Amino acid sequence: MIPNDLKYTNDHEWVRVNGDIAEVGITHFAQEQLGDIVFVEVPAVGTAVAAKDRLGVVESVKTVSDVFAPVSGEVVEINPLLVEDNDDFQPEIVNSDPFGEGWMVRLRMSKPEELSGLLSAEDYKIVTEEA
Amino acid sequence: MAQDLLRTPLYEVHKREGGKIVEFAGWEMPVEYAGIKQEHIAVRQKIGLFDLSHMGEIEVIGPDAIGFVNGLVTNDVMRIRESQCMYTCMCRENGGIIDDLIVYRFPDREDGQQYLWMVVNASNCAKDFAWIKAHETEQARVSDLSMQTALLAVQGPDSQKFLQPLTDADLEVLSYYHLTRGQVAGIPAVISRTGYTGEDGFELYVAWQEAEKLWQALREAEGGIEPIGLGARDTLRLEAGYSLYGHEITEETSPVNSTLNWVVSLNTADFIGKAALQAEKEQGIREAIVGLVMQSRAIPRQGYEVEDNEGNVVGHITSGTFSPSLSRGVALARIAKSHSSVGTELKVVVRSRREPALVQKPPFVRGSVRNSR
Repeated sequence: MIPNDLKYTNDHEWVRVNGDIAEVGITHFAQEQLGDIVFVEVPAVGTAVAAKDRLGVVESVKTVSDVFAPVSGEVVEINPLLVEDNDDFQPEIVNSDPFGEGWMVRLRMSKPEELSGLLSAEDYKIVTEEA
Repeated sequence: MAQDLLRTPLYEVHKREGGKIVEFAGWEMPVEYAGIKQEHIAVRQKIGLFDLSHMGEIEVIGPDAIGFVNGLVTNDVMRIRESQCMYTCMCRENGGIIDDLIVYRFPDREDGQQYLWMVVNASNCAKDFAWIKAHETEQARVSDLSMQTALLAVQGPDSQKFLQPLTDADLEVLSYYHLTRGQVAGIPAVISRTGYTGEDGFELYVAWQEAEKLWQALREAEGGIEPIGLGARDTLRLEAGYSLYGHEITEETSPVNSTLNWVVSLNTADFIGKAALQAEKEQGIREAIVGLVMQSRAIPRQGYEVEDNEGNVVGHITSGTFSPSLSRGVALARIAKSHSSVGTELKVVVRSRREPALVQKPPFVRGSVRNSR
């Protein structure tokens, strides 16, 4: 449940790198800890974020959890399924497909060198085992 | 998890059942099994099984046990008959709520002694027992049965149909907020038609060491019943509009300013806190606990501020959640009386955004519960 081709943070975000674009979401472990996800708040396209800034919010029935930016950059795309004003708002997609259809935002990285500070799948696995 | 947390007799069962264990009021309890939404809907549409063995049971026995309890709680215990239950608050002299609880009046014993239970919140049990014990008299002796009494709840519209084949008690004649003794799956139990979900249902009190046997018998019984965690217990009670200690009510609030006047009986016998509540009522109540239904997808949470349309703070959320039945945010909130009438448009401050909400009279969802209490 921890894909090898992604980078991870200690806060349970994942990053999929494609050129200078970083796709960001929360991990399977995170969605499982949260339980039924019922609301997601994503930043507007064009928002500039620094690594470790709050990127968005994920709410389950019981709790509210911040999502932090793993790397710095500009938001170039947000997952339309997680935009509350859309008719097909579908926050539960983060539960059912956290590493795929449940992605949250795509960032154009301004400091790609930050990627080297992220965790490998192997290291992240240790984080989840200690949690 | 800290070693000094308490465990119910079903702790290992919950782990085996796939329960996600969290700390609650000093106990390690299951917050969910299959998922809060699924569990919630099961109870609303059919049935669910809860372990509530963390709750406190305080026994009062003596020639004037009823008078003794009546002097400690705000409602009039003289109004209930044998085998009847009553929801009430217990206050300090200043009217602050020590706890909310259910009084169980059992049939008088053959030796003439009166016999009652006070069923209290787990989070307050030690405090409650100390308070009650401090007032003990020759006429009423008090014991804490909490660590020897397990509590399982069967809740949902199918509860009677499910439970009747397992018990010799006639559930058809057991009215809402009444109790009886009987066997359930061969285990001696106190059975009450009570609950905290807004649905019809029963609470089954059995000896601590019988809890696992009862749980297994219920899980294997005809018709099927799934376990429900504390997460869905909270969403169910919130949809039903029931107060939760530490949220709507605390030591800093009184039943009079918490829209619990219906459990305060000022024209009968004296009780601790009566004078303060009387005075508070005469001075006029300035706030109320109201229901809020969100008009956007935002979810209200405890502590969020509530504003009027001009941006003045008029109160705060005491409990808020996503309602699985309504698929939108609902809340209970402590609001200035001036802004508490049904239909008032208010704004809930959610991460600096002002999200629209309407005042509504709870319950948000009308369940199968047999009578209003």
